[in-house]
Amino acid sequence: MALAKLTLHPLDKYLRTDRLPHIWCPGCGIGIALGAMLRAIDRRINEGKLDRNKVVFVTGIGCSARVSFYVDFDSAHTLHGRAIPFATGVKLANPSLEVIVVGGDGDIAGIGGNHLLHAAKRNMDLFVVMITNFVYAMTGGQLAPTTPLKVYTTTTPHGNPEPPLNVVKLVASLNANYVARASITTPHYIEMFTYKALGMRGFRFLEVISTCPEVYGRHIGLRNPVTMFEELKKRVKYKPNPVIDESDIDWEKGIVIGEYVVRNNPSYLDLVKRG
Amino acid sequence: MRREFLSGNRAIAEAAILSGLKFYAGYPITPASDLMEYLAEKLPSYGGIVVQFEDEIASINAAIGASWAGVKAMTATSGPGFSLMAEGVSLAVATETPVVVVDIMRAGPSTGIPTKATQSDVYQARWLAHGDYTIPVFAPWSVQDCYDMTIKSFNVAEKFRTPVVLLSDANIAHMWETLYVREPGEVEIIERKKPSVPPEEYRPYQPGLDLVPPMAVFGEGYKVIVESLVHDELGYYRQDSVTYREMIARLNEKIRRGVGYIYEQEEYWVEDSDAVVVAYGSTARMVYPVVKALRQKGARVGFLRLKTLWPLDEERLWRALSRAGKVIVVENNTGRVYLDVARIAGSARTFFSPVITVDPPKFNEVMEAVARWL
Repeated sequence: MALAKLTLHPLDKYLRTDRLPHIWCPGCGIGIALGAMLRAIDRRINEGKLDRNKVVFVTGIGCSARVSFYVDFDSAHTLHGRAIPFATGVKLANPSLEVIVVGGDGDIAGIGGNHLLHAAKRNMDLFVVMITNFVYAMTGGQLAPTTPLKVYTTTTPHGNPEPPLNVVKLVASLNANYVARASITTPHYIEMFTYKALGMRGFRFLEVISTCPEVYGRHIGLRNPVTMFEELKKRVKYKPNPVIDESDIDWEKGIVIGEYVVRNNPSYLDLVKRG
Repeated sequence: MRREFLSGNRAIAEAAILSGLKFYAGYPITPASDLMEYLAEKLPSYGGIVVQFEDEIASINAAIGASWAGVKAMTATSGPGFSLMAEGVSLAVATETPVVVVDIMRAGPSTGIPTKATQSDVYQARWLAHGDYTIPVFAPWSVQDCYDMTIKSFNVAEKFRTPVVLLSDANIAHMWETLYVREPGEVEIIERKKPSVPPEEYRPYQPGLDLVPPMAVFGEGYKVIVESLVHDELGYYRQDSVTYREMIARLNEKIRRGVGYIYEQEEYWVEDSDAVVVAYGSTARMVYPVVKALRQKGARVGFLRLKTLWPLDEERLWRALSRAGKVIVVENNTGRVYLDVARIAGSARTFFSPVITVDPPKFNEVMEAVARWL
């Protein structure tokens, strides 16, 4: 049947297709981010630089963390905020594994913020992808560390009184070997940065700006997935060599994506002489 | 086998190395820090690694991650740090991860008295986390016991795919005694059961007859799923009562069914006694000479030491205690293990006689606590 043919996709080989359909809402950007990451992984595997049996996805809790449900690699769906320490244990116990952490901004930079900064400080050999949607979506629309000032959320019904956390700036201030930002409106950069990060050692951090029309969109009046996508796309600007001072996410001035930090500092494994 | 002179904490570290420890994660806390310091010095030469993490939350989660990467992992802490590990312990329960957690009890609540020992955290060891579960808890009373029970903790963690709590305290941790340590090959070291089927047939949470699923780890091609949500045999999240009941029943039952292997008690003069004193850990060290002295004066009193606090072999404990007319439980807390002993002791009259002190219990204090009920 024609329908059966439609279900085949070049990336299906990396998915637990029996678990589809996924839980992500129409208009959610996580699937775009995951697709781009899988294309980069596929390229590394095809080049013989990555063994698919050595790839481990570690996630915490949240919409983005559900990635571990669907990828057909070794995967761990752990505790809220604790994906990075779990992944650190995995990597140090078996340095031959390529350990990838995926999470939302609440998971990675909110409840897991202390682990994020210490892993970056250690230059721990992990690739961390933080998918930023500016809100706690799975729990119904509460304040996130990245929620812009004055925005209404269900727990800030009078407007958010806290300026947002610039996670790229935070991680760049530490000892991370790679800090980049992309957007789901530019999936080719997600793929390019993932591909690059997978060829590096040490702590590699990629922030992916995403759309959440279902929850965040309702808060800011962009409930329509297409409108929200287009509004984000308008604001995203790629720069070949962005400086950290232009990394603040500002809905009015725009969102600068690109590679903020590319270093070759000795990684944790280099310094403890393992792997 | 050879004789050594070690502290309780060093004995735990030595036994962990013998058991095959390869990953230690921890955060400094009195009175557990010297265990980590000792391992940090020694473990690298055995091919292992010691990492000081940013907190106890990271430590327990890293240990769980390391276990899933295929190595034996441990962390050690004390009450406040153990509190921070609560959610991690529940993750290890749900994902059936072998991991050893050493808790060196001090005085609580809150910051309490960091340098002094009590037995106030025995329920913390038993029911630290949320969720309906059973995990093994061991309570050594000597440096030799620290050594032996550490090996047992690793064996039980691997055999039953469970977190295990080794519950020492500040007295035993920093007490030096001679002990016999083993050479490799002199003691049974258990490794987790591996799958015997190829990856395409592997169901990560499908148990064997012992209710324990064989454990594939990362990097072996099995596409392992580690799932903190309630899950079926495939590791897939399910929100229904049938899956929940099956999972919870098995997680508890695999430990209960293993009680014959896990549970140990020691009996001294219990057979012919009218009264039996029950104690464990550092308090038991003073109960023993007190009971001995009472017997020398002609009292028909015995002593039963719990080496395993949970799961209790209730039938075995009942058989030992029900013959006596009286059972006296001496603990350095307001009555924790007493509640179980009173329930199990059958027709015996049970008495709770606490010795609450932040110093090692004195002979006279324990004598008074015991003699009061004879």
